[in-house]
Amino acid sequence: MRWTGTWTALRDRLDAAGYVASDTLAMALHLALSLGRPLLLEGAAGVGKTELAKVLAGLLDTRLIRLQCYEGLDASAAIYEWNYQRQLLAIRAGEGADADAEERIFSEKYLLTRPLLEAIRQPEPPVLLIDEIDRADEAFEAYLLEVLSDFQITIPELGTVAATARPHVILTANGARDLSDALRRRCLYAYVDYPDRRTELAILARRGPALSSALAGQIVGFVQDLRREDLEKVPGVAEMLDFAAALAGLGVNDLTDDPATLHATMVTLLKTEADQAQVTREVVERLAGRAA
Amino acid sequence: MSRVTRFPARAAGPADRLSDFVAHLRTHGFRLGPGETATALAALSAASAVDIATARLALRPVCVADAEQNARFDALFDAFWLNRDRARPGVAPRKAPERRGRAPLPERAMEGEADGASGAPTGADDGDGAAQDGGEGRLAASRRTIDTRSDLRAYADPEDLARAARIAERIAKAIRDRRTRRRRAARRGAGLDLRRMMRASLARGGEPAELIRRRRIDRPMRLVCLLDVSGSMDVYARAFLAFVRGLLGADEAARAWLFHTRLIDATPALRDRDRLRAADRLSLMAEGFGGGTRLGACLADFVARHAAKAVNRRTVVVILSDGCDADPAAGLAATLARLKRRAGRIVWLNPLKGWADYAPTAAAMAAALPHLDAFLPANTLESLAALEAEFARL
Repeated sequence: MRWTGTWTALRDRLDAAGYVASDTLAMALHLALSLGRPLLLEGAAGVGKTELAKVLAGLLDTRLIRLQCYEGLDASAAIYEWNYQRQLLAIRAGEGADADAEERIFSEKYLLTRPLLEAIRQPEPPVLLIDEIDRADEAFEAYLLEVLSDFQITIPELGTVAATARPHVILTANGARDLSDALRRRCLYAYVDYPDRRTELAILARRGPALSSALAGQIVGFVQDLRREDLEKVPGVAEMLDFAAALAGLGVNDLTDDPATLHATMVTLLKTEADQAQVTREVVERLAGRAA
Repeated sequence: MSRVTRFPARAAGPADRLSDFVAHLRTHGFRLGPGETATALAALSAASAVDIATARLALRPVCVADAEQNARFDALFDAFWLNRDRARPGVAPRKAPERRGRAPLPERAMEGEADGASGAPTGADDGDGAAQDGGEGRLAASRRTIDTRSDLRAYADPEDLARAARIAERIAKAIRDRRTRRRRAARRGAGLDLRRMMRASLARGGEPAELIRRRRIDRPMRLVCLLDVSGSMDVYARAFLAFVRGLLGADEAARAWLFHTRLIDATPALRDRDRLRAADRLSLMAEGFGGGTRLGACLADFVARHAAKAVNRRTVVVILSDGCDADPAAGLAATLARLKRRAGRIVWLNPLKGWADYAPTAAAMAAALPHLDAFLPANTLESLAALEAEFARL
């Protein structure tokens, strides 16, 4: 489905689908959809970059095809691969009469499509999420550029596959490596920051468990203060939601009620040993006192 | 919104005005071309931007390319469209052109042309040549910054400096050579290349008679140098600059920072093939050379701001410092522990370690030791030369 509305309509639709987007982000997504350009989302881990792609797929009522990048990702994992076992079997089974064996085993039937090829062969434009592009090597990034500009893939044995529908491409990055200028130029860019207090409250109301407004305010205040501490791994929105769910599950009504329980729930927010050691019970109490 | 600037008489319409805006961003270090101007126009109409707030939202995703530009965009937007802060163009540009290096300011480029007669023949050389003339370029640089301040105890003459650069080159190459050997080994030992085997087996009726190995291509090891240029390192600064420049000359991806009381990215300056310009840039950075050290704070700054991009598991971080620090040592230890988790190797070169009765008693040095992969002396050319073997082992 193509997007034809205005950017405010897109923001409201995202909102209704449970994703509270800032104006900047909604506009960037709207432009990416209406200009047909890839959108590069950059920001710390856990601010909802991947989630945006998922919500968008739901909103456009289309498939989400996800390519998770990692170091050493290569064409056979990202684009296509031949089904070797099947090819072997076919060659052995067809022994004798195999004048056209080569043609036969390098046909569609023996092709395993991987995310990129799959995305351009859909009848309807899907949402293609290229997650953590900065984890992939430079060489893959260069190849990706080619795919993103032409939307066609060449398979030597089979020929060129042109896109039946241009996918909506969303790339995410969180600074594991600097991306090439060429890739940045090809994409529209949006920096996704930690949400401000008002936005985070809205997210909690949308995605979190049912909480009293006082407790919700405390939780958001607590997490926002915690982000200002000198941490190795700053808690994101997902961590905040886990934290809220943990508190709801434990039946906590006020953060200042039970410091021991509150300190125990820090496992949902602090994900490294050093951070856990640094945020002692006293620090937790101080933050809770300030949030209350 | 009453402060919106009026169109200048010469502007023909929105398209003209918008391309002026893109030019305005370009002079402030944004890398935008005509393609972006067209996209910006398309974005404005796609967003049906009729007020300035919407226009701001619509232009941002097109014009901004990274987090740093994202943070600067609003000020630049206001300056252009709302006439704010126009009198102080120095606010926004900061040192962006300096850091980028690839896109020199127009004045700089012109300066380079003017110098072209002397600089061009060597500048157009290949990698090896660059490292050679690198040695001399740095010589000019350090003469300005250090000669005037203190006597040079060692490495006073250009030959020695050139030697330091050559040693550095060899070290950088030692890392690269090792990488090549590894690839060959992988070709012998790694998994099978099924795709090629299948192709080859067709000729034999599907019999995979020939086993074809798949080689793994290793990505290069990268070098990151952090050079202490504070007062206590003054006498070594010139030789170490030569050394670092040699490292950069041999490895395209290597980067270097200088630090004393703050951290400065010296990669573009040290890499500059135009000698005069390189000298200029270094002397600009040199304010503060020979002052105090804030070792812990500078390293923390490096880890917070640059490590995410410059350092990964395949990076060797080389710190050249004597470990004298004005800050408490606990911070340094924590910083190095964080860096250690990100980096492949951390090597500390300390000129004091070469002294006969040296023990790492400076609080900072003692705190740093547990986090280092290697702690090596670097006070004479011989000790620098001996590093080659050490680096090859890393």
